[in-house]
Amino acid sequence: MAPKKSAAAASAASPSAPATTTAPTASTSTVAKTSASGPQSIDQVARNIVEHYQKTTPQRTKLIDVFMAFLVVVGGLQFAYCVLAGNYPFNAFLSGFSATVGQFVLTASLRIQTTEANKSDFPSISPERAFADYVVASLILHFFCVNFIN
Amino acid sequence: MAAVARDARPSSSPVELLVNVGKNQSTKTLLRVIILGFIAAAAVASRLFSVIRFESIIHEFDPWFNFRATKYLVAHGFYDFWDWFDDRTWHPLGRVTGGTLYPGLMVTSGVIYHLLRALTVPVDIRNICVLLAPAFSGLTAFAAYLLTNEMTTSPSAGLLAAAFMGIAPGYISRSVAGSYDNEAIAIFLLVFTFYLWIKALKLGSVLWGALCALFYGYMVASWGGYAFITCLVPLHAFVLICMGRFSMRLYTSYTTWYALGTLASMQIPFVGFLPVRTSEHMPALGIFGFLQLVAFLEYVRSAVPSRQFQTFLYVGLGGIFGISLLALIGLTTFGYIAPWSGRFYSLWDTGYAKIHIPIIASVSEHQPTAWPAFFFDLNMLIWLFPAGVYLCFQKLEDEHVFIIVYALFGSYFAGVMVRLMLTLTPVVCVAAAIAVSQLLDAYLVVKSPEPADNEEENLDSTGKKASKHGVLRTASQPVVGIYNLLSKGFVAGCMTLYLLIFVQHCTWVTSNAYSSPSVVLASRMPDGSQHIIDDYREAYQWLRQNTKEDAKIMSWWDYGYQIGGMADRPTLVDNNTWNNTHIATVGKAMSSREEVSYPIMRQHEVDYVLVVFGGLLGYSGDDINKFLWMVRIAEGIWPDEVKERDFFTARGEYRVDGEASDTMKNSLMYKMSYYNYASLFPPGQAQDRVRGARLPDQGPVLNTLEEAYTSENWIIRIYKVKDLDNVGRDHAAAASFERGHKKKKATKKRGPRVLRVD
Repeated sequence: MAPKKSAAAASAASPSAPATTTAPTASTSTVAKTSASGPQSIDQVARNIVEHYQKTTPQRTKLIDVFMAFLVVVGGLQFAYCVLAGNYPFNAFLSGFSATVGQFVLTASLRIQTTEANKSDFPSISPERAFADYVVASLILHFFCVNFIN
Repeated sequence: MAAVARDARPSSSPVELLVNVGKNQSTKTLLRVIILGFIAAAAVASRLFSVIRFESIIHEFDPWFNFRATKYLVAHGFYDFWDWFDDRTWHPLGRVTGGTLYPGLMVTSGVIYHLLRALTVPVDIRNICVLLAPAFSGLTAFAAYLLTNEMTTSPSAGLLAAAFMGIAPGYISRSVAGSYDNEAIAIFLLVFTFYLWIKALKLGSVLWGALCALFYGYMVASWGGYAFITCLVPLHAFVLICMGRFSMRLYTSYTTWYALGTLASMQIPFVGFLPVRTSEHMPALGIFGFLQLVAFLEYVRSAVPSRQFQTFLYVGLGGIFGISLLALIGLTTFGYIAPWSGRFYSLWDTGYAKIHIPIIASVSEHQPTAWPAFFFDLNMLIWLFPAGVYLCFQKLEDEHVFIIVYALFGSYFAGVMVRLMLTLTPVVCVAAAIAVSQLLDAYLVVKSPEPADNEEENLDSTGKKASKHGVLRTASQPVVGIYNLLSKGFVAGCMTLYLLIFVQHCTWVTSNAYSSPSVVLASRMPDGSQHIIDDYREAYQWLRQNTKEDAKIMSWWDYGYQIGGMADRPTLVDNNTWNNTHIATVGKAMSSREEVSYPIMRQHEVDYVLVVFGGLLGYSGDDINKFLWMVRIAEGIWPDEVKERDFFTARGEYRVDGEASDTMKNSLMYKMSYYNYASLFPPGQAQDRVRGARLPDQGPVLNTLEEAYTSENWIIRIYKVKDLDNVGRDHAAAASFERGHKKKKATKKRGPRVLRVD
């Protein structure tokens, strides 16, 4: 979408890796399906994405993705429970839910920073540095969550 | 290090050494440190006028509460402070202080207090409170230095910004010594949070994002103006996305900031669930969700390169943005999300407060700003400010977009409300420093620029900046140098002159306009010596020493904090205007007849009533001039008992002299203000110096109150509420009996009696 990035994106498209976050691949296709309206066959697109994902993603990144999928599931369950059973200790719900959301975005950031294709965006951050940052930010997040849940 | 040593070696003779000063890296660093030290010293020193002229006391109204809370924190410890229920304010109600204040300021000075004690420098807590704002202004200057250094590569811009920030009167006005208000540390936190945000955005680093969130949390703990950050950062992100500058760095920094910062802000009891419940915080949440979407679609795009898919992506993106906006509107209308609170809403609809919430409109700081105020507070920065913003447009990296967005919103808000000049000042300093440094960099170089330089730079930049040049053609202008030494000298000299004038202006403004403690009023005697009018403290001290420990004082809300702080007596209402009805009750008691007011005062267990009266001295901020606001606020609750119209004469004039309306003359406020006042003058000469009115010789009569204390210059008058009459008459009857208006001939005629009901 960015004109500035379009060159990089075009080159990245062929061999190397994905860019961002998403939840499990299953949800990928549903999202694509729901907002589909063009003449393009959506099945094709979804299959392309899945194939691309399986082909280009390194093992370690897939592990991260599994963790993110788990976080999405946990967050979804909490939200469903909140909808069903009411939100009486609202701080408890908020801290639990925002722990999953926060951990999700932090993990997504880690995934972004450790992906090869994004090297040009983060010239100063090595994967080790990214992991250390991730640990520090997660610790802060959990401190706040534990403090907020009372 | 080695390069430095090699540079330093050849310049062995003293002359060469002098020429080479500032050339090598370590001298530059040393100079920078020295300059920043001097700037911090100037920032602190220029705020000390009031301490040196008068004494080291807390000014104004709000700081008195902060001071009192800090004393409580220091005396009772942190946990007691956190659950402090204050039963000495809002008398029948009390105030849950721990949950209704921003604790950042008090905790900061508490920490400093204990730190100094640990270092065996026992400093009085009052002195820490008085000098906190100057100390933090030095830090603000440093934060402005850091922020500006992120904006430009020019070596001088940061130092200029620090100097501007250190002495700009727009910031000094809220941070002189003794002004122990939330803004004292909040502006430092504001600028520093913005610096961390820019740094996080540039590096895409999670750590800087987390630091930014931590300082954002500290800012939330300190000042209600944190909403400005909460709205500005998402806005910046949104503008970046709209400009097609979405990058993974934006994703990592923004989501880290939001996830941690929102949790951090919810730890403050006063904020609580507001970040998920109110409209002020919805932009941040919306952009958070939107960023997830954009990042995901970006991923999909990199996976499936197709022209058609791209357009579909844009449509999907716009569609989902629209849908979520609709959802937000729906949630707001159905009441799941609270709409904009009155204080914020009045920034958009500028007529709103005046009509619906008189208590907001009654504060003088909430008025629109006049043009001279901008020049008065910012002097030459105000005309360098647009130039600096223009220069930001020319470079237009991500961080410059921030300055532009901040400048637009900051100037709008500063135009709407006087006190928001404070949030504008940092961006003005940064933008003006960019402009000045650009000018000085061009004109202050002795060496003439070489044309070859130009080409080289172009070659160099083709790699990285090619796409940028495509975006903004105006940015790729040729470098034009200045060759004439005379023009260089002239322009640089002019600029230096302006800078010197700026310093002089700032010092003058600070000295004359912003360094007067409102607790003591200073005036000049005919021979030029200073005369101090200290009625406030005189009266508060009287209250402190001559009344019961739990005597309730009723006064207008302006003086609530000062009474609590200086007189240490419970009050009915104070400057924290959280209960409008209670304030309206006091307003009704002040503006009604005695017969109506007395039961109100009895019901609220009022022992003393305090009014401020400036008629003798010409002190215009007194209660008669505020009286109409009391009437308006009371009228908002009891429209059929208090009517503003009744306080004007038939011709619609607000008068206090003999021709004042009957309602006015019978109101408790009028009676208390002018009680016995005419006896001060020879007959027929009673004069109110504020209203410029001649008063009738026969002053008002008070039946239910008795005068307890009047200060030296009659500024503060304190009345004691009489007890019920011993034999059960009403006070008017009792008073007229006392005055000897006995019925001369006891008329035997019996009045119409009613049946006694037991």
